[in-house]
Amino acid sequence: MSTVTAPPTVDHASAQVRKPHPVATFLSTYVFSKDHKVIGLQFLFSTLLWFLIGGLLALAVRWQVAWPWSDVPVVGKLFAQQGGQMSPEFYTMLFTMHATVMIFLVIIPILAGAFGNFLIPLMIGADDMAFPTLNMLSYWFMWPAFIAFGASFFVEGGAASGGWTSYPPLSTNIAASPGSGWGQTLWLIGLTFVGVSSMLGSVNYMTTIILMRAPGMTMFRLPMTIWAMFITAVLQAFALPVLTAAGFMQLADRMFATGFFSPEGNIVNNAIAGPGGGQPLLWQHLFWFYSHPAVYIMILPAMGMVSDILTCFARKPLFGYRPMVYSIAGIAGLGFIVWGHHMFMSGMNPALGITFMVSTMMIALPSAVKTFNWLGTVWGGRIQFTTSMLFALSFVSMFIIGGLSGIFMAATPVDIFIHDTYFIVAHFHYVLFAGTAMGVWAAIYFWYPKMFGRTMNEFWGKVHFFLTFIFLNGTFFTMHILGAVGFPRRLADAYHYETFHHLQPMNAFMTYCAIGMVASQIIFAINFFWSMFYGPVASRNPWNANGLEWTAPSPPGHGNFDYQPVVYRGPYEYSVPGVEKDHLMQTDPPNAEAAAAAAASH
Amino acid sequence: MKRAAGIFWALLFLAVPVLGVATFAVAPSIDVWLPEDVSEHGREIDSLFYFILALTGVVFIATEVLLFWFIWKYDAAARGEEKATYIHGSHTLEVVWTIIPAATLLFLAIYQMNAWANVKMRRPDMPPTVEVIARQFEWRLRYPGRDGELGTPDDLHLVNDLHLPVDEDVLVQLKSMDVLHSFFLPNLRIKQDAVPGMKIPVWFKGTETGSHDIVCAELCGWGHYKMKGRITFVTRPEFNAWLERKYAEQEATQPVEDVTGTLVTN
Repeated sequence: MSTVTAPPTVDHASAQVRKPHPVATFLSTYVFSKDHKVIGLQFLFSTLLWFLIGGLLALAVRWQVAWPWSDVPVVGKLFAQQGGQMSPEFYTMLFTMHATVMIFLVIIPILAGAFGNFLIPLMIGADDMAFPTLNMLSYWFMWPAFIAFGASFFVEGGAASGGWTSYPPLSTNIAASPGSGWGQTLWLIGLTFVGVSSMLGSVNYMTTIILMRAPGMTMFRLPMTIWAMFITAVLQAFALPVLTAAGFMQLADRMFATGFFSPEGNIVNNAIAGPGGGQPLLWQHLFWFYSHPAVYIMILPAMGMVSDILTCFARKPLFGYRPMVYSIAGIAGLGFIVWGHHMFMSGMNPALGITFMVSTMMIALPSAVKTFNWLGTVWGGRIQFTTSMLFALSFVSMFIIGGLSGIFMAATPVDIFIHDTYFIVAHFHYVLFAGTAMGVWAAIYFWYPKMFGRTMNEFWGKVHFFLTFIFLNGTFFTMHILGAVGFPRRLADAYHYETFHHLQPMNAFMTYCAIGMVASQIIFAINFFWSMFYGPVASRNPWNANGLEWTAPSPPGHGNFDYQPVVYRGPYEYSVPGVEKDHLMQTDPPNAEAAAAAAASH
Repeated sequence: MKRAAGIFWALLFLAVPVLGVATFAVAPSIDVWLPEDVSEHGREIDSLFYFILALTGVVFIATEVLLFWFIWKYDAAARGEEKATYIHGSHTLEVVWTIIPAATLLFLAIYQMNAWANVKMRRPDMPPTVEVIARQFEWRLRYPGRDGELGTPDDLHLVNDLHLPVDEDVLVQLKSMDVLHSFFLPNLRIKQDAVPGMKIPVWFKGTETGSHDIVCAELCGWGHYKMKGRITFVTRPEFNAWLERKYAEQEATQPVEDVTGTLVTN
């Protein structure tokens, strides 16, 4: 991978004509900006705000699970009618909206919207996205979703309360649940706009990565972040239309009684519901056809970013670059044929369940290959314990747990027992929080200098890491053994069951940890905003990393690069023997390497 | 000082496998573990659970300890002037760590099929012992009447109190009246969603007399948490006597039709 090729003479990318940028006003620079970096930051700020909201919703959920029907401190009087305790319908709304906010307004847009936007043009050496206007729209289409989801808390009956999966008939029949009124309609509208936003983004990312790479930036010289973003965009583009269609079908079921998802003769609340003629399982198939690939949409970009960060702070080339690329592609391909593992207990044909079980077992393989290659990358390195590196290492450590626990539920007979229990809750929080969120923090600490021209405080960064790491494990690891008892998800109060009555102390412990985990983020928030104005000023390449983004000014101006970057090598040329400095940037010309080698031999 | 920081972080990562294993080791002794199994097929599921736990446990310990060891050993502060190893990968290693997990996963996939088929596919050839109809937020039960057939006017209607004979195959016909529910019997390792518009067979054999929880495991609305039933296994003679008593109780009260047309007792 250190082989050097001559700079290409003329190709599509270097032939681009650079147009002068129009005069900027405040509105066009910071609000309706077409600059991918500003759009990326808009996504970042919006999603971090929703991250806070989603986290507080989770705390309220944890409060009820630990101390059912007790007065909620501080905010209890705001939302509860009787004293300060929450009602069971309020509780169902809380966990529905916690998942909805975290998935659709935080994880997906922070990975693709914030980091995809900010990093793709910078890392491939382009001056902007292929379609800057579409890019701007991809952010502004999030606003109707923000408003729809946000407003739904205040409509009659409250926000959606049918679970983030919105299984009909609970979600389609207004009589079935208070949140199945306006709350659910707004939920579906919000979901549609998130989908439009994602689709605009994914078209842009694919086009940009295919057509706008700098001269010399071949596909197999792309950093893993870009490979992950590219494959994620492909997943979005193919899976999303199915969810959008299903969402419209559910909307039609609710508004025009089309009955796609409701069988004949359904009786809800002692009233015969709708004409029927449909099948509840149809929604589950359509929903998971999107939402399982979406699970990979929610982890692959983090995997890519973590790969880049690990190599930089281990000062070592990525172990097995091509296997890493192929395993992402493998996860994406298999990701389309495993959706049925969410439905093993749904009443789906059990023989079909066996098919999905085999494909699900097999998708553990590319994840395992990635983990081994990360271990290989750390092996033999010179590890620098920056905050970013600690988060990246913890991503690997935690992803191992989330990956392995997945095997339990892939095994259909075991899934009979643990399906819809806290074992599943543990599993996906290890993947999405302990995995993706930790990867996102690694990425924030890593690329912050490029975003804001300053570096975050390392000491408080490490305190933030340490506390988050301890508390997240206290909260989520214990969920595995709760799941082993069969402790079910989504119960407002499970302690009146003989099987679960003794589990309250353990749940109280988890809630204390969850409170600690959310409180630790205050440190992050202060560090994030303080460093923006008072952090040490960052050079172009504060980490001595190799990617193209580190050749641009920090922060880069509109148009990104002050000269046309030309790429001569892969992104992971760290610690090359015979070269004095311990890294060769992708833009370092081959003669630098040769000169260094010659100097060494004399 | 820098080395001390490296050691601190390495030990933090070592805490993951140490405390992880400790949690699972302690859990059974503090009764936060699989509930008592009173079914015939449950052993098969539990042993598969333990098998996967052992398998993933070994991989978990091995990978986490390796990660700890690498973090400990390859700390820049511990390596002096030495450069990082310049290596881009190993074809042999990639082949090894692809084929071994692939073979293991494939084995696991094939190995478990029989257990799955026993619980979900090899339905005993018999008429339903009882029909369970889930609705918000209760389990309605319908036993065949004295004529031994379901769907006749003398059917026995009960709510939430499921009695079944021990040591016999039982076949439950599972339905839902309104929204999705899930018929979860933790002590029998049984879970099956109830889907409106579908009749789903569920079968098992209880091996001990006694009474256990019926839990709803699929979100069904605000009262989901209180959709509790009890399943009680009794001997065949006791079961017959219980049925007889319930028949008599029902005959003493006139069955009426509710708005849905279902016959219920007052």
